[in-house]
Amino acid sequence: MTRSTTGAIRVAEARGAGGAGDPGTGGPSGLPGRVRGVASSITRCLGGSTALAIGLGPIALHVVLAVLAPWIAGHDPVATDSTAALTGSTWSHWFGTDQYGRDILSRTLNGGRYALLVTFLATTTAVAIGTILGCVTAYADNWFDEVVMRVVDALLAVPTILALLVVVTVFDSGLWVIVLAVTVVYAPAVTRVVRGAARTVITQDYVTAARARGEKPLSVVFREILPNVTDVVLVEYAMRASWIVLLISTLSFLGFGANPPTPDWGLMVQENRTALTVVPTGTLAPVVALATLVVGLNLAADGLSKSLGIDRAQKGAVS
Amino acid sequence: MTATTTTTALLVLRRLGTALLTVLLASFFVFFAVQLLPGDVAQQLLGQDATPEALATVRASLGLDENVWVRYGSWLLGAATGDFGTSLVSGEPVGPDLLVAFRNSMLIAVPAMVVGVVVSLTLGVVAGVRRGRPADHAISLVSLVVMSVPEFMVATILVLLFAVAIPIFPAVVLRGDSATVAELLPAVWLPVIVLTLAMAAYIVRTARSSTIDVMAGEFVTTAELKGLTTRQVVWRHAVPSALLPTLTVVALNVAWLLGGVVVVENVFNYPGLGKLMLESVFNRDLPTIQAIAVVSALVYVVCNLAADLVALALDPRLRTRRKARS
Repeated sequence: MTRSTTGAIRVAEARGAGGAGDPGTGGPSGLPGRVRGVASSITRCLGGSTALAIGLGPIALHVVLAVLAPWIAGHDPVATDSTAALTGSTWSHWFGTDQYGRDILSRTLNGGRYALLVTFLATTTAVAIGTILGCVTAYADNWFDEVVMRVVDALLAVPTILALLVVVTVFDSGLWVIVLAVTVVYAPAVTRVVRGAARTVITQDYVTAARARGEKPLSVVFREILPNVTDVVLVEYAMRASWIVLLISTLSFLGFGANPPTPDWGLMVQENRTALTVVPTGTLAPVVALATLVVGLNLAADGLSKSLGIDRAQKGAVS
Repeated sequence: MTATTTTTALLVLRRLGTALLTVLLASFFVFFAVQLLPGDVAQQLLGQDATPEALATVRASLGLDENVWVRYGSWLLGAATGDFGTSLVSGEPVGPDLLVAFRNSMLIAVPAMVVGVVVSLTLGVVAGVRRGRPADHAISLVSLVVMSVPEFMVATILVLLFAVAIPIFPAVVLRGDSATVAELLPAVWLPVIVLTLAMAAYIVRTARSSTIDVMAGEFVTTAELKGLTTRQVVWRHAVPSALLPTLTVVALNVAWLLGGVVVVENVFNYPGLGKLMLESVFNRDLPTIQAIAVVSALVYVVCNLAADLVALALDPRLRTRRKARS
C-alpha cells in the first residue's frame, strides 16, 4: 500500500526531530520523560498550527456549554407547555419553542451533553480497541494478523448504517449499545490505519534493539510501538470523532438513536423539520451546534496531522 | 519479464481470493448478527394467536428448525445463485424487489458519482495547485462546511429552497416501489444533489492534499525547470500521480454511497435500497436485510478491488514493492 508508505516516512522523520523515538523513553524509568515529551509536543502543536488552535475553540466551547447546560439552560429540556407551542423568539424563550412547547435553546444546550458524552465514549472505545489490535497484529505478523485483517475487511464491507441499525435493534437502543455499535463499525477502520503505521515502526532499530534485549512481545508492543504511533492515533481520534458525532445524530434522525423525549440534536431536527418555515430555529439551532462541533473536530484533526507530520489524505480518509 | 508477469498474476490472484473471502466472511457475520434480532419469525408471520402446531409447521417449512449452520449453508448456496429467500413481509421472493430497489438507487447514485468525482477532483487539483491563494481558501472552506453539515440538513434546506420557495422539483417521491424509471426521473434531482455534495467534500480534500504532495516532488521541479508551462506541468506530470492515492478514496466513497443513500432516500421517500434497508430493519424482515448486506458488501469489495487493480496497472512500483518486507 503506497498510501501508508509515504505517510509513514514523513512520520518517521517527524519522530526523528521530536526525539520521541529514542530508546531511553522505552526503559523502565521512561514514564516521566514520556509525559514531559507529550506535554511539550502538545505545546509545539498548538504553536505550530493555527487550524488546531481554531479547531479547539469550538470544541472547548461545546464542552463548557455541555457541562454548564443544566444551570444556564433556563428551562427544563423535556417540560412541555401546550400554551406556548411553536412560539417564535420571545423574551423567555430566546430561540422559541417546538410543537410541544419545549424550549429550543434548552434542548439544544442539553443535547450537547448527550452528543458529547456518546461521542467521547464511543470514539474512545473504538480508537482504543482499534489501536491495540492494530499494534498487536502488526507485531504478530503471522496467522493471527491474517485472521484479524480478514475479519476487519469483512466488517468494513458491511454498510455502516446497516451494521449500526442491526446492533441497535438487537440490543435495544441505549447509551452503551450505541457505544458498542459505533465500536463495531469504526474499530476495524482504526485497526487498519494503526496497523499500517505500526508496521513501519517495527522496522526501526529501537524495536530490533528491544527484541534483542529479550523483552517480551507485549512489552515491546506497549513500550516501543504504542508510544510511537501516538501521533497517528491522535489524528485518527479527532477524525473519527467528527464522523461519529454526525453518525450518532443521523441514527437519532432515522429514529434508531436517542428515545423521543431525550434532547438530542438529530432527534430535534427530525421533530422540528416539518415546522421549518414556522420556527426555523428549531431545526437550525441543533444543526448549527452540530456543524460547529464537527468543523472544530475536523480542523483539530487537520491541524494535528499537519503539525505531527501525518498526511491524512494518504490513508484513505473515508471508510 | 516473465518472472514479473508471474508475480503480477499471482498478486492479482491473491487479491481476488482475498476479495472473495471478504464477501464470504461479511455474509457470515451478517447472517449470524441477523439471527440475533429479537422476535420469532414464525410468530411474526402468523400473528399473536397462532396455534403451536401452525407455528411448528411454518418453522419447518422455512427450515427454521434446522441447525443454524445448515441454514447458513443453504442460504449461502441460494444467495450464490441469486435466490435470497422469501421476504417475511410481502411473502414474495426477495430477489426481484431488491433488484428494483437497487436499480432505483443506482438511478441517483450513478449520476451523483459521476458528477461528484469529476467536479471534486477538478476542484481538489485546482485548490492544491493554487495552495494558499483565495481559490484554495474558498474551496477548502466550502468543503469543510459541507462535510460538517449532516446530509439530512442539506436535504431539508434544498427541499425548502427548490420545492417550497421555488417549486421546480418535487419535495418527496409520492410513488411506491412499483414506480418506473420514467416516473422517478423528475424526482431524482434533489437526491442527486445531496449525494453529490456529501460525497464531493471528502474527495476534494484528498485530491487537494495529494496534489500538494506531488507538486512538492522532484519530478515536478524538473518539469518546471525544463521550461514547461504551468498548465503542462500540472496536467501532464502532477495530476496523474496525484490521482493515484485519490483512487482509493473514490472507491470507498462509491461504496459508501450505498449506505449513504439511507438518509437521502428516507428524507425524499425515494424507493431505493436505503429505504428498503430501513424498512426491513423496522419490520425484522431478515431475508431482505441479509440480501441487502450481501449486495452492499459485494459492491464495496468490487469497488476496492477495482481501485487496487487500477492502481496496480498504473503504478509499477506496487508490483514489486510488496515483496520488499515480509
